[in-house]
Amino acid sequence: MSTRADAGQPVEYSPSKVVEGNRYGWLFVYAVLYIAFLYVPPLFLPLFSFNDSIYVAFPIKGFTFEWYRQMAKSTGLLDALYNSLKVGAVVCLASTLFGMLAAKAMTRYTMPGKGPMASFIMLPLVVPGIILGIALLVLTNQVGLELSLFTIGVSHVLICVPFGMLVLISRLEGFDKSLEEASLDLGVNAWKTFWRVTVPLALPGIIASIMLTFLISFDEFILAFFLAGNEVTLPIYIWSQLRFPAKLPSVLALGTLILTVTMVLVAVAEWIRRRGTATTKPTAG
Amino acid sequence: MADRAGVLTSPAPIVRQDSRIQRFFLRHEWARGYALLSPTLAVMVLAMCLPVFMLAAHSFWTQNYLTIDETFTLANYEQALGWLWGAEGAKPIYIRLLWKSMQISFGVTVTTLILAYPFAYFLAFKVRRNKNLWIILISVPFLTSYLLRVFTWKIILGFNGVINSGLMSLGIISEPLEFLLYNPTAVLIVLAHAWAAFAILPIYVSLEKIDRSLLEAATDLGDGPFRRFWRITWPLSVPGVIASGLLVFIPTVGDYVTPKLVGGTEGIMIGNIIQSQFGKANNWPLGSALSIVMAIAITIVVLIFLYVMSLGRVRAK
Repeated sequence: MSTRADAGQPVEYSPSKVVEGNRYGWLFVYAVLYIAFLYVPPLFLPLFSFNDSIYVAFPIKGFTFEWYRQMAKSTGLLDALYNSLKVGAVVCLASTLFGMLAAKAMTRYTMPGKGPMASFIMLPLVVPGIILGIALLVLTNQVGLELSLFTIGVSHVLICVPFGMLVLISRLEGFDKSLEEASLDLGVNAWKTFWRVTVPLALPGIIASIMLTFLISFDEFILAFFLAGNEVTLPIYIWSQLRFPAKLPSVLALGTLILTVTMVLVAVAEWIRRRGTATTKPTAG
Repeated sequence: MADRAGVLTSPAPIVRQDSRIQRFFLRHEWARGYALLSPTLAVMVLAMCLPVFMLAAHSFWTQNYLTIDETFTLANYEQALGWLWGAEGAKPIYIRLLWKSMQISFGVTVTTLILAYPFAYFLAFKVRRNKNLWIILISVPFLTSYLLRVFTWKIILGFNGVINSGLMSLGIISEPLEFLLYNPTAVLIVLAHAWAAFAILPIYVSLEKIDRSLLEAATDLGDGPFRRFWRITWPLSVPGVIASGLLVFIPTVGDYVTPKLVGGTEGIMIGNIIQSQFGKANNWPLGSALSIVMAIAITIVVLIFLYVMSLGRVRAK
């Protein structure tokens, strides 16, 4: 029954129950209200995406699929969506690769200055996005590069690497280092060991990292705003449409679709994670 | 373990001729570690350090319409901060905006922490099964577009918004309330909503790590729930609270999306001014100087905050 600190106790007596008290007290009520506070605003997206009025305001008029039809016809929107998917695909693979290299170095090697190096790699998490954005803009301009999807991609890799590294460090710490050592001892070289032992064992973490970094890149606005050239990503397109009320409902339709796809992806990720822990536990323990 | 490894490696087939470099890497573990780390470090240096260095350099230059004059000058900093020491022609607007941004961000941080703490406490102490489900539940809304999330607040707070039409249909008000949107309070509400999940997680982790036997000991020694919370749970969760606070405070100071969408003219923050220097105002060096000033100001505030917290904790011991 009790799984935490008292797991090792031989007697039935479970003091943590005394400490934890009743479960459905006022805190539970608060938690439900908090969840409502988080969910209510985003849920207006689907509501108004089906509303038969060009004005995104109350009262609600009637039900329509018109905005979804308009969305499917809007070339600007589809181009932006395609660009975002392209950037996101490259960024999630690149940042997961860099995150993996860093995570492997952080968890498997003893080296001086490891702590400061980890903090250094995590700096983009605490530097305001606007500073990274204009700094990259200034550099791009100084070097004479054109602003393009490439510059957006570079900035996204920068902010995604820390997330990838954190996810993968926790995964690599989760399984036994001796599995890799056994492979090396058996004469398999480091590269093959990495592909045949480390990667398969870290796979749930790798998938989690790819999904997380893709979602970050897909939704990133502040950096892309400064670094976009002629081709824009989806958030930039949405930003430009927020000024034109006539285009808004189709943007909301798109937002609803993205929300749905995201929820499905998150559910799949959780399912993979659960399967991952279920299959690796016997070997690791 | 050592046995097995010893047996297996004893045939020692190392006959190949290693080069000097290979031998160096074989002999030094730290060298292999850094070799593995180097691509990531290179990305960080090229995409972060170098650009920030260029940004700092820019802040000492001057804009001449379309070209940039690269002679060293402190004029941009004088324009940004000169009001403090009464420099001629320096406007107070930059200092005031920076101060206002700090205030708004501080308000956002305090609000999110107060709202998030009970939830994190609930998650750490009351939820026994499916904790992950709750964590996913709080993070899903944050995977929708940030822009659209901010925009939905316009639907809620706006002239024909949810609150106004709701109150009017109930007959509580006869005219829509106009003070809901386009002011600093609206910015605060929207930012507090946008950063909620980020505040919960570090607090939750620090609460989850607390050894439950400490709480049991306190109860056994006669502490009531409030004393126990105040003397054990709260002090041990302070690191998480600090981490959450910094995670919210630092990025919100420079935010320009939320103020632009829901802040109106009163709700403008320093980020909007910096952004306009790279847009309409087209004065990159001044924009660079302002962003450097902002970064330094944030760093100073964070350091003071951490120093004060460390003083408090030393005294508590």
